[in-house]
Amino acid sequence: MTGPMMEPNLESDAVVEPPAHGWRGVAYELWVDRMGRIGIITVAVVVLIAIVGPLLAPYDRGAVAGSREGILQPPNAVHWLGTDELGRDVLRQVLAGTSVSLEIGLIATLITVLIGTLVGVLAGWFTGFIDAILMRITDFFLVLPSLPLMIALGAIIGQSLPMIVLVIAITSWPSTARIVRSQALALREREVVARARTVGLSATGILWRLILPGVLALVIANAVLVIAGSILAEATLSFLGLGDPTRTSWGQILHNAFVTGAVGNGCWWYFLPPGIGIVIVVLAFSLVGQSLERILNPKLAAIA
Amino acid sequence: MVRYLGQKLTYLVLTLAAVLVTNFVLFHLMPGDPVTHIARGQHLDAAAVARLRAFYGLDRSMFDQFLTYVGHLARGDLGYSYTYQTSVGPIVIRALGNTLILVTVSTVLVIGLGVLVGVFAAARRGSRADGVFVIGSLVFWSLPTFWVGMLLIFLFAVTLNILPIAGMYTADAIYPTVFTQFADLARHLVLPTIAMVLVDVAQFVLITRSSLLATLSEDFMTTARAKGLHPRRVLWRHGVRNALLPVVTATTLYASATVGGTIQVETVFSWPGMGQLIYLSVVRRDYPVMEACFLIFAVVVVLANFASDVVYRLLDPRVRLT
Repeated sequence: MTGPMMEPNLESDAVVEPPAHGWRGVAYELWVDRMGRIGIITVAVVVLIAIVGPLLAPYDRGAVAGSREGILQPPNAVHWLGTDELGRDVLRQVLAGTSVSLEIGLIATLITVLIGTLVGVLAGWFTGFIDAILMRITDFFLVLPSLPLMIALGAIIGQSLPMIVLVIAITSWPSTARIVRSQALALREREVVARARTVGLSATGILWRLILPGVLALVIANAVLVIAGSILAEATLSFLGLGDPTRTSWGQILHNAFVTGAVGNGCWWYFLPPGIGIVIVVLAFSLVGQSLERILNPKLAAIA
Repeated sequence: MVRYLGQKLTYLVLTLAAVLVTNFVLFHLMPGDPVTHIARGQHLDAAAVARLRAFYGLDRSMFDQFLTYVGHLARGDLGYSYTYQTSVGPIVIRALGNTLILVTVSTVLVIGLGVLVGVFAAARRGSRADGVFVIGSLVFWSLPTFWVGMLLIFLFAVTLNILPIAGMYTADAIYPTVFTQFADLARHLVLPTIAMVLVDVAQFVLITRSSLLATLSEDFMTTARAKGLHPRRVLWRHGVRNALLPVVTATTLYASATVGGTIQVETVFSWPGMGQLIYLSVVRRDYPVMEACFLIFAVVVVLANFASDVVYRLLDPRVRLT
């Protein structure tokens, strides 16, 4: 993937209703949906690996080969996935990378969704001038090519983990903002809101009690898709040498493999496993996200 | 239409101005101005740093600096590269040409193949082939482009050894004719193009498919079928034609995605274009080159968006009338 999945359908005028049978109902439908179930099981397994993996194969930074024979070994009985250019065990690195990649993806998503929801709700609520200004800014960020922006930001503000998370969030909030805004706009026109006003509920009260819960379902479905995008973004940034060199994410392993010529030397055991890890996780989150969208937005389901 | 164009042009100018400001803020105001980078690793005393700051005009007001910056740009001066030891402009122009070759070929393939496969899948909705295409698209969309590039190199250039591993031409090759040169370029183009297309085609398949499925369920399609038109004519002339608008919108967003793809692919395949240039500028921390690359990528994407907005307007029969 080189960019966010385009979803022209999401920005419709129709209000996405909060799930009729509550979140338990959504969970049930997600489980009944074949793609959703495959996605959820995969995510659960990956999270388990992220937690248990480092315990099974403790990541030992010092475990480099003492001899020339120890480096870039093909898979064998001791090193199931071979060793890298320093003689470190690839399986250990990939297992340790699981939690790093997940962690960055989740935190970046949290910030992305927070910014996106805030901007979207404010724009949808205030309409008029504030809406116009906020949406111009959103459109501007939407039109800026995200990878060059990430590269520039990453090269300028640094390569520590918090900065990488920030860089990903800065470039990915606009699509969330757009989706939330159209939902908030639609909710705003509802009779409930008019009644709440008549009763004398304050603007903040309406925002908290009526608008935010109304956009929540959509935000969660969107967030799951943002996780997939964030994990890919982190992998790409790390691959390009803008990752945190002290944290071995999957992208970082692929970066090391690339710059030490693992591809040209045919060391498939070095660059295959981390890539497969990325694909599995991204695919799993996409499946869950799309399944959630279909459940929450039956209009989408009709054409899928 | 004239009024629409006027509006869009105003918006275009404003957006380009915003791009300039962003570029200025990113590369001139953020912590770590050029002097910090030049001075890094060298023991410069305060006076030397002050002279350098004066040389780069960093001691003047922000607004002054911005005007100077815009003035330089207006004269086509993109700055001086620390690592190439030459002005940035010519480097970037050469790279841009090489990138355009790669991006043009892959974009045509991505959109063409995406629409064809999408129509094929939608026409056979619910069939096994449809399912394979939908799942396949989701899987391909989850692939990191750079990793696909690494796999392709490993498979076709290293293991099978049937295609070149990297670059745009064979090193030190002497071509007897233009055609042999072209053939060499084409051979080098195969793997990078496949890497871009494999990943990016997925979204066009999915969008075409869902848009066509929505169109096929509309009343005028039933009318067309009821008129007894040939199914293929109904599908293409009535269905696909009306289903293509979302695809045009997707093309707009694709301009940004293709920049991301080309950066990854050019890095992996050492294709001497803008993508490799920005990668190398990151590795070498050559900020003037990085800045020029960012600026050009942003301007090109903004212009592409403008163009596809106008095309959309021309194509959409509902909007065209107003």
